[in-house]
Amino acid sequence: MAIAKKAVVWGLFAAGGTLSSFIFPALIALFLLVALGFTPDGLQYEHIYAFAASWLGKAALFIVLFLSLWHAAHRLRVVFHDFGVRKDGLIATAVYLVATAGTVMTAFYLYSIN
Amino acid sequence: MSSQPYVRPFSKTTWYMRKGRYKVYMLREVTCLLVGFYAFLTIAGLAALAKGPNAWISFLVSQQNTAMIAFHAIALLYFLFFQTFAWFKLAPKAMPIQVGGKNLSGQYVVIGHYIAWAVLSAFIFWLAGVI
Repeated sequence: MAIAKKAVVWGLFAAGGTLSSFIFPALIALFLLVALGFTPDGLQYEHIYAFAASWLGKAALFIVLFLSLWHAAHRLRVVFHDFGVRKDGLIATAVYLVATAGTVMTAFYLYSIN
Repeated sequence: MSSQPYVRPFSKTTWYMRKGRYKVYMLREVTCLLVGFYAFLTIAGLAALAKGPNAWISFLVSQQNTAMIAFHAIALLYFLFFQTFAWFKLAPKAMPIQVGGKNLSGQYVVIGHYIAWAVLSAFIFWLAGVI
């Protein structure tokens, strides 16, 4: 049972790490463009709304955000241990709770966009 | 005679400062903070998008300042080197690919990742109307 659980946690971590490695550089570059005042056409309200309202857009946003949040949560749990914090039960509960909260928020906002 | 085993003293909080590759490991691990930050920033964007056109424009304007420009620029470089490139480098070790009973050279797996990354990034930029 313990091994099966670990496999799921690690599988989500690896999937999130792979997805974020592939997608986040472009995502950060888009945020940089917005910050510089060059909001690209696809990020104008109607276009980005239409994307988030489509089933494909919803699925892409949900999968990327859900897996990235789990990846970050799991790695942060290990980082706490590496920095000498020895309260794994508490840390694990906290980081996975925040990841779950983020996932629920993502689902809720995507549900409201239609 | 002491029955106590010898315990090598080491610091629980600064152990990674002893060796270069431990430091690199830590620099790589803390990218999770950036992943978390950008995930929640995107969720904040979705919240604004769900609220309406005015909230979306306010969200975009709230991002337009020098501090965010500097943060994104540094975050992009840091993320590329310690997450994306580091992840691709480890990919052949994490998932060796067999072709005809032989392991495919790790080099091809890494190159495959870079090509897929370039195509996917171009697709995202095309979708966003950048190119």
